[in-house]
Amino acid sequence: MSVTEERTSGGNGFVGRRLKRKEDPRLITGRATYVEDLTLPGTLYAAVVRSPEAHARITSIDASAAAERAGIEAVFTGEDLADMAAPCPMVWVPPGVEVHVPEHWPLARGKVGYVGQAVAVILGGDKYGVVDAAEDVVVEYDALPVVVDPEAALEPGAPVIHEQFGTNKVFEWSLAGGDVDAALAEADVVLERRIVNHRTAGAAIEPRGAMAEWREGRLTLWSSTQIPHIARVILSIQLGISEEKIRVVAPEVGGGFGSKLQVYGEEVLVAWCARKTGKPVKWTATRSDDMLTTHHGRDQIDDVRIGAKRDGTLTGIHVKVIQDCGSYHLIEGPVIPTFTSCVISGAYDFPAVRTDIVGVFTNKFTTDAIRGAGRPEATHLIEVCMDQLADELGMDALELRRKNFITEFPNERPHGFVYDSGNYHGTLDRCLEMLDLEAFRSEQAELRQRGVYRGVGFSTYVEICGLGPSRALGPDGWGMQGGYFESAQVRVLPTGTVMAYTGTSPHGQGLETSFAQIVADRLGLDPEAVEVIHGDTNTGPFGKDTYGSRSLAVGGEAIARAAEKVQDKAKRIVAHKLEAAPEDIEVAEGAFRVKGSPDKSLTLADVATEAYIPGDLPEGMEAGLDEISFYDPTNFVWPFGAHACVTEVDVETGRVEILRWIAVDDCGPAINPMLIEGQVHGGVVHGIGQALFEQIVYDEHGQLVTGSFVDYAVPTAAEIPSFETDRTETRSPTNSLGVKGVGEAGTIAATPAIVNSVIDALRPLGVTYLDMPLTPMRVWNAIQEARR
Amino acid sequence: MITAEFDYVAPGSLDGALHALADGGEDAKALAGGHSLLPLMKLRFAAPALLVDLRNVPGLRSIEQENGGWRIGALTRHADLQAREDLGVVAQAAALIADQQVRNRGTIGGSLAHGDPASDLPAVLLALEGAVTVRGRAGTREIAASDLFEDYLTTAIAAGEILTDVRIPALAGWGHAYEKFTRRAEDWAMVGVCALVRRADDGTCADVRVAFTNMGSTPLRATATEQALRGGPLDAESIGRAAEQAAEGTEPPADLNATADYKRHLARVLTRRALQQAAGT
Repeated sequence: MSVTEERTSGGNGFVGRRLKRKEDPRLITGRATYVEDLTLPGTLYAAVVRSPEAHARITSIDASAAAERAGIEAVFTGEDLADMAAPCPMVWVPPGVEVHVPEHWPLARGKVGYVGQAVAVILGGDKYGVVDAAEDVVVEYDALPVVVDPEAALEPGAPVIHEQFGTNKVFEWSLAGGDVDAALAEADVVLERRIVNHRTAGAAIEPRGAMAEWREGRLTLWSSTQIPHIARVILSIQLGISEEKIRVVAPEVGGGFGSKLQVYGEEVLVAWCARKTGKPVKWTATRSDDMLTTHHGRDQIDDVRIGAKRDGTLTGIHVKVIQDCGSYHLIEGPVIPTFTSCVISGAYDFPAVRTDIVGVFTNKFTTDAIRGAGRPEATHLIEVCMDQLADELGMDALELRRKNFITEFPNERPHGFVYDSGNYHGTLDRCLEMLDLEAFRSEQAELRQRGVYRGVGFSTYVEICGLGPSRALGPDGWGMQGGYFESAQVRVLPTGTVMAYTGTSPHGQGLETSFAQIVADRLGLDPEAVEVIHGDTNTGPFGKDTYGSRSLAVGGEAIARAAEKVQDKAKRIVAHKLEAAPEDIEVAEGAFRVKGSPDKSLTLADVATEAYIPGDLPEGMEAGLDEISFYDPTNFVWPFGAHACVTEVDVETGRVEILRWIAVDDCGPAINPMLIEGQVHGGVVHGIGQALFEQIVYDEHGQLVTGSFVDYAVPTAAEIPSFETDRTETRSPTNSLGVKGVGEAGTIAATPAIVNSVIDALRPLGVTYLDMPLTPMRVWNAIQEARR
Repeated sequence: MITAEFDYVAPGSLDGALHALADGGEDAKALAGGHSLLPLMKLRFAAPALLVDLRNVPGLRSIEQENGGWRIGALTRHADLQAREDLGVVAQAAALIADQQVRNRGTIGGSLAHGDPASDLPAVLLALEGAVTVRGRAGTREIAASDLFEDYLTTAIAAGEILTDVRIPALAGWGHAYEKFTRRAEDWAMVGVCALVRRADDGTCADVRVAFTNMGSTPLRATATEQALRGGPLDAESIGRAAEQAAEGTEPPADLNATADYKRHLARVLTRRALQQAAGT
């Protein structure tokens, strides 16, 4: 037992420590296993023939030349999928709201609605040969009129993409509370702005990929996915295969950012092909495939009206959202702007709130969840508009914010959401302390004399995450067809170490480390003795995977609860052995010991021995030390913070440089502060990407202009400032850990801080408003426009 | 992202490479660092049937002084150039090409032979009034920079010829600058300006050369700006006036990030900045 004793010497106190990530050695040394690293004997490679047309009828497909090439095993088109049980299920069915859902099959049937839509698949033994063969497939199209602008798509007479609906409108729904019309009528000032939140990509460094094996009536799918558990359900529905016969594995996943919160056609297709051919089938996206057909995000037009009294008191907010959905849905796309409506009123005490959302079909690829999923749009519009309103009122923008901050918690908002906890003044105070605003303002004034234009912009955000309470999100709430609990299983092995199964599916978040810290503290172990197992539907209980900054606040809580169940049982065993009462047993310094008599103690290894060699357990106790918890939260969690961004604008060229970034975030007590910093850094970079660099652009013919990383400009380290971060800790009352999510917070916070900063820099030149992305040409044009 | 099928040879001599290119005919391409050609092949914009890799040809990776100037072997990598401060503007521009990984593999010969007007070294060679040496089966010839770049991705190097050396005249007495405007550090130039200024003893402009990256289908000289400045004072006002003429007659290609007008504006601003830096004003 010496190894175990050595391992358990750490004891308690790991939560809150900056432990290095257990995941990193394998990732840094290139020893991690991604889907592309997996190949089975006899694997067939798949190449997908994609539509070059944005909107067209398929009049013929001639695959004979491709099929005759050496090494080609099979060619399938949409017609061959007749035995597929169902098209892609879209899981948002809001009660009382009509949502148009066209059939979206893995291979197009009859017509195509976006460039890149899959029309045929080639299978062969050589991964290069199938790509050559794909070029030999002759598809004839009868082109139809294309509509790419969502407002044009809503106009009478616009080409209708799905004739069966007679309209390009996908759905229309509202979330509201309070009398917004009255609130705006009684306002002294009504600010009106149209804010365009442009389309972006997830741009994970590992493109999508999937491999399927069909063996003895069972299907295994390895996929670069965030959601193996949900994928199994959906594969079962689409393929008509009984769920227990399906195993989905997410091996190492090289980034998702929401773009792999999806079950794509190719995942279903390789599974179908594997069953059809009886051979393993593997498909790996190229970067071009990924830019064309990995779902995009954002793409909202937000018409905002905010009412205020002359003294800055906010009276109401009304936003009309036009959401470009693309031409087909994937599993949940249309629900995304609902998340915009949740935090449309930000950190401010609006008595009346209304969001009217219209979803629109256009001849572009699907939009769905990308990091922040609807909340970045909300934060952007409210935080930019707070600055705009302050200008209109002649007030200081921070004073306007402070005057309207929500300060009482929990706080039920007019549209029904309950903000759980917060201290908005606190994060702003700390942010200003780090910034030294006074010094900045005097430097700013002095530099302007010399023609140097610097600005500072703020974002005092609040966001909603930790998805989520099943009653709110589920069929009778928003209409998502599922529960949003999380599961965990903590299994103590006979020698006293632990395997902890989580239903979340981490792909870069560091949960193998933070979850181990949570378990270790509850069981008197070192985190090294806790192996966190995830991403395989054949292990652990049914889970709900990773997205919506839920892993810690829901999955971590489930892990904690399962560990506490184990702890309770262990305490009863220890009490029995040491002849004490269970309530007198504590976990401290790596042992279960009797309070007040620290020499009377047992280690978890001792307890495990008793549990697995059950010679002397308490009367009626089952053998083993292995507990499951399903945790369904009662509320969302509401992280918040204050970010400040200092920029310098080269007014001759329009180029924006970020000089400083100060981020003060509050996601409750830290499990591992270093992981939080990593998430904030990455999240803010994602926001900087949208604000300054990244944009998915389609031309008027529906052709994707930004089809590679040459044109889709993800920022690199050279474009990013050194971050100055700090935190405050306000507990969430929602879960026992007091934690909130932080994976998306930086992205949700970032964009308005940059835009407000650049507007602040250019105010002396008369620039008062800018839409993203702030490319040099756009900024330069705005300066010229203001000068005229 | 996967190239069409092609054959590959890596001969051990220049003659071997020339034979291979000749045998391959029009479908053969010489391969140097590969950082221009291979991306085009992966996108299937180029599909040569044969790649003749020059990596095993001896003697092509060198930087030597010659007649007060420089002779640089075609396979000399951007990273080699950036490390040689004595190469002046060549080193300065090389250090701004893409990212370090690209600079570790990309070569000066490959970049010049590819003839992409958005690449940095063509404009630098043009401003320097340098030349390249090419070898064909018929013999060796020299092509001046002003004759080298004929059109977009088109140079005076004939099929079957291989660029072996780059010649750069003496740099003594010239001030220099390369101003490159990009969205991200690693991007192609939206506009680039190479400026060289030689001051006379009295401080006036004895000679000046300005060349543009990505302002047309080839690298271009800004002759109006040069004429306006040559022989005159090098104060800020004169430079500013001369730079105002920088974009005259240019028809830069518009792209996603810049209209032709914006590019012409950038050319004027960058020309002024480059001239000021080169003149030490």
